[in-house]
Amino acid sequence: MIEAINLTKYYGDFPAIENVSFSAEKGEVVGFLGPNGSGKTTTMRILTGYMPPTAGTATVAGYDVVTNSLDARRHIGYLPETVPLYLDMTVRSYLEFQGSLRGMASKKMQGGIDKVIELCRLEDYYTTDIAKLSKGFRQRVGIAQALLHDPDVLILDEPTLGIDPRQVVETRQIIKGLGGGHTVILSSHILAEVSMVCDRVLIIHEGHIVAMDRPEDLARRLEGVSRVVVEVRGPLREVEATLRQIKGVERVSRVGPEDRVRFQVECASTRDLRPVIAQTVTGKGWGLIEMQAGGLSLEDIFLRLTEETEAAKGGRKP
Amino acid sequence: MNLRAIGIIAGKEVRSYFGSPMAYIVMAVFLAFSGFFFASSMSQPFPEATVRGFLFPGALALLLLAPVLTMRLLAEEQKMGTLELLLTAPVRDSEIVLGKFLASFIMVAVTLALTLYFPFLLFLFGGDPDLVPILTGYLVLLLVGAMAVSVGIFGSALTSNQIVAAVLSTGLLMVLWLANLTSNLAGGSEIAWKTAVDYLAISGHMQDLAFGILNTTDLVYFVTVIAFFLFVTIRVLETRRWR
Ligand SMILES: Nc1ncnc2c1ncn2[C@@H]1O[C@H](COP(=O)(O)OP(=O)(O)O)[C@@H](O)[C@H]1O
Ligand SMILES: [Mg+2]
Repeated sequence: MIEAINLTKYYGDFPAIENVSFSAEKGEVVGFLGPNGSGKTTTMRILTGYMPPTAGTATVAGYDVVTNSLDARRHIGYLPETVPLYLDMTVRSYLEFQGSLRGMASKKMQGGIDKVIELCRLEDYYTTDIAKLSKGFRQRVGIAQALLHDPDVLILDEPTLGIDPRQVVETRQIIKGLGGGHTVILSSHILAEVSMVCDRVLIIHEGHIVAMDRPEDLARRLEGVSRVVVEVRGPLREVEATLRQIKGVERVSRVGPEDRVRFQVECASTRDLRPVIAQTVTGKGWGLIEMQAGGLSLEDIFLRLTEETEAAKGGRKP
Repeated sequence: MNLRAIGIIAGKEVRSYFGSPMAYIVMAVFLAFSGFFFASSMSQPFPEATVRGFLFPGALALLLLAPVLTMRLLAEEQKMGTLELLLTAPVRDSEIVLGKFLASFIMVAVTLALTLYFPFLLFLFGGDPDLVPILTGYLVLLLVGAMAVSVGIFGSALTSNQIVAAVLSTGLLMVLWLANLTSNLAGGSEIAWKTAVDYLAISGHMQDLAFGILNTTDLVYFVTVIAFFLFVTIRVLETRRWR
């Protein structure tokens, strides 16, 4: 349904993305995961025909997004990152406008509007001015707009950005329900979100794809590290040395404010280190002030995956 | 070119005009202004039964007011980010620009239609007015209005700031209005310069039409300028994609 080959986009001299290739099957939900500035929006803007790539090609529903842009666009529903809406319109008139722009006849449109209004749970806001809606509801109007003409491909740029947690949950559910009928591409910088919603995750870092896998497989690749932050009342050096001696511990590094005895402890398995650390610390008669288990941060993940990719290239790079 | 898409975009804009106070203010100001000049032309010692008295002030008012109507059209879309959605809808850039042009031209036409009671009064009280100069008089106002909104949309495409858009297009229109004043700048010998600026000036192309004379040079002038600015506006939208 979507096929991107070596997409590259330069803004002036700056390469926002380089050689991005991927494909998405019909009915698949694909997540772009990457920190801010990694090139997610740029890639999506190329797919939607907003701007052409500097090099490379992409097709949507079999149509080239540059040479056959209008046909490609007919098969796409798009929610840009900024959720652009006309504030002076009501939800209804906005959806009617978007539907008619996409060539929907008025009879088919009414059915379509009823459907997306229900799906996005906007029933109570049908005739409300968009200006009066909260950020979360505006986001849903944005999704409703993208879905209205029942496109083969949905492109949603950070659909849960900046809305409150309860609405995030609802929005994710809406999106999860779209797979099967639509091919969905969504971007996010939240690992948990893409793992939950997507069939496949594509990790983008600094304009390059560093990993492309099913969420489960990705989790397996990232397994093998667990990490605990522990704060102790006790002699600094001795505490550090003791922590290092715990079986399985790979790395101990000091974190946090200067005046605290606070360490980050990493081990090479998914084993929970907390019980053994607690035991050791209290066994020595020190005070255990705080202990926190933490997964890898997104930055760590990118770092690891990037290292992995480089290593896989066999150290050919200097 | 898909006429339906043009109509949809124009329809949305016209509805939005009638939903905001700005269009009504522009209409009211235009009516008051042209009414004043029409009335004063009627109260001369030997008034003519024509609408000529408000043609030139009316044209000037259109040039000043049209950018107020058009400043929002593309600048606001850029500011709000809605342009991204519009440009990725299955419509051509040219259809977007023409739709917006049509909407603002409809507003100009409606405004001018509100002044039709002037000639009506002439027929009622003025004896025996000549119909042709009245028709060509309104034609020239429509042409000037269309030209003003095409320049206005061009200004609106250049920036995401409505005020900047209005100032840019008003400035451009004033240059076109007063272009012939510069005919002396280059010294008397520069015939080419004088011919060029005389041709560019709007007022020079209103004279014949004001007296009921239709000639192709004037029509070609207006149509060319309108087409030129619409074309350039479409190009401006396109360069955004290629940046
Ligand atoms: N219009 C633009 N002009 C210049 N640089 C841009 C533009 N848009 C994005 N960039 C740069 O390209 C990189 C990728 O941006 P973007 O695709 O928006 O990333 P993401 O959506 O993942 O946050 C960033 O470094 C950003 O600063
Ligand atoms: Mg982005």
